[in-house]
Amino acid sequence: MKRVVITGAGTINSIGQNVSQTINSFKEGRCGISDLKFKDVERLSIKIGGQIHDFEPDKHFNRQQLSLYDRYTQLTLIAANEAIEESGLIFNGQLAASTGVVLGTAGGGVSTWDDNYRAVYEEGKNRVHPFVVPKLMNNAATSHLSMKYNLKGPTFTVSTACASSNHAMAQAFQIVRSAQSPVMVTGGSESMLCFGGVKAWEGLRVMSKDACRPFSLNRNGMVQGEGAAIFVFEELEHAKRRGANIICEVKGFAMSSDAADIVNPSKQGAARAISNALQDAQVNVEDVGYINAHGTGTAANDKTECSAVADVFGHHADKIMISSTKSMHGHIIGGTGAVELVACILALRDGIIAPTIGYEEQDPECALDVVPNEAREAKVEFAISNAFAFGGLNAVLVLQKV
Amino acid sequence: MDIRSKVIEIIADQAIIETSDVSDESTLEGLGIDSLGLVESIFAIEEAFDIQVPFNANQPNESSFDLSSVATIVQGIEKLIQEQS
Repeated sequence: MKRVVITGAGTINSIGQNVSQTINSFKEGRCGISDLKFKDVERLSIKIGGQIHDFEPDKHFNRQQLSLYDRYTQLTLIAANEAIEESGLIFNGQLAASTGVVLGTAGGGVSTWDDNYRAVYEEGKNRVHPFVVPKLMNNAATSHLSMKYNLKGPTFTVSTACASSNHAMAQAFQIVRSAQSPVMVTGGSESMLCFGGVKAWEGLRVMSKDACRPFSLNRNGMVQGEGAAIFVFEELEHAKRRGANIICEVKGFAMSSDAADIVNPSKQGAARAISNALQDAQVNVEDVGYINAHGTGTAANDKTECSAVADVFGHHADKIMISSTKSMHGHIIGGTGAVELVACILALRDGIIAPTIGYEEQDPECALDVVPNEAREAKVEFAISNAFAFGGLNAVLVLQKV
Repeated sequence: MDIRSKVIEIIADQAIIETSDVSDESTLEGLGIDSLGLVESIFAIEEAFDIQVPFNANQPNESSFDLSSVATIVQGIEKLIQEQS
């Protein structure tokens, strides 16, 4: 089995348009959740989200590209550009032939669906633009990334709701670890902050109207965000040979299915994913210093997650720092695990734990160190990143400092 | 705007060239418009003239709408406007 390291990272989300801005926001505990701005927002009862307001697509893409790139693809390509540039890799010959792309997204081109349904249903139009299908499909971002950088290896999209990008990164990790490819580009993207996208979530009655306060007793639901994060996963020796800058190591992963309920999480399913991931990474529970929580800010997730962590880590659970950065960037659904991996990088590489902001009151059912409101300096050797999706699909990654 | 200049505008836009570089004899292929560009041009023509252009990308040569040059496209549009108005 090969060892796998991260040699490039890129992101765009509501608290930063690249990794360094995002890291600064994590350090400052800055909230990117604001009033949503898009057509018909006044007809929603949920009017807040982690929307990227100061992003101008036409500064990055030409008209032809924009006709094919849904916003979720645009965000993917912005993040990928940063990650691949940082890695210093240029893809041609055998490297291009073996390098692939595995990305996660839950909804794909949601605003493309939304805009065109509006055109045919509401405006009564009888024709839509010919690129509607290639623009909205869940593999559009993956394919455009592959085309742009000449990546011809194993390439596909994973869609497991809120765990999509963790499942995707687990697949990419597996491909590099098993020596199938020396390099994989991976991560995830989501952009469903449009009328239909938010209206659908509103229907579930799990959304907060004012803030995302994970683990806080007065939490009242999740807040949606949008964004993307992309990473270059590379085989350790391959990275060393070319003198690459190594950000951190990916040590292991596990996936599990609750096989129980389509929306309610299960403590056992989450606990199995965490403990199997530690086993896969051959890491002792006492060595884990930081958990990037799924931490959605819903009543159900947060207590189930804390209880699963307590089960897996036993007494050590009291010493672990666990934070949810969704309090800052919102729940980026299929892209959330990828953006949250940036917080794991911050913990491992820079020794700074991103806080759970908006934390106001202790909840006895979430009695862990949730790093409330302020970032903290701490040396962390191992970090894990949790993602527990609707449908009971769980994926946990284990990372190590280099 | 007359039909011919609108068609030239659509095609030039699609080929990313100046309208002065498009003539009656220009072919879409000759201007570097690929199959995706072709369906996008047809869509733009339909939108601009509020007509439906019969075209199946699987059988591009069997369309009754002659796409071989700017001149034939203009003629085709004139015919469709008459038929469909």
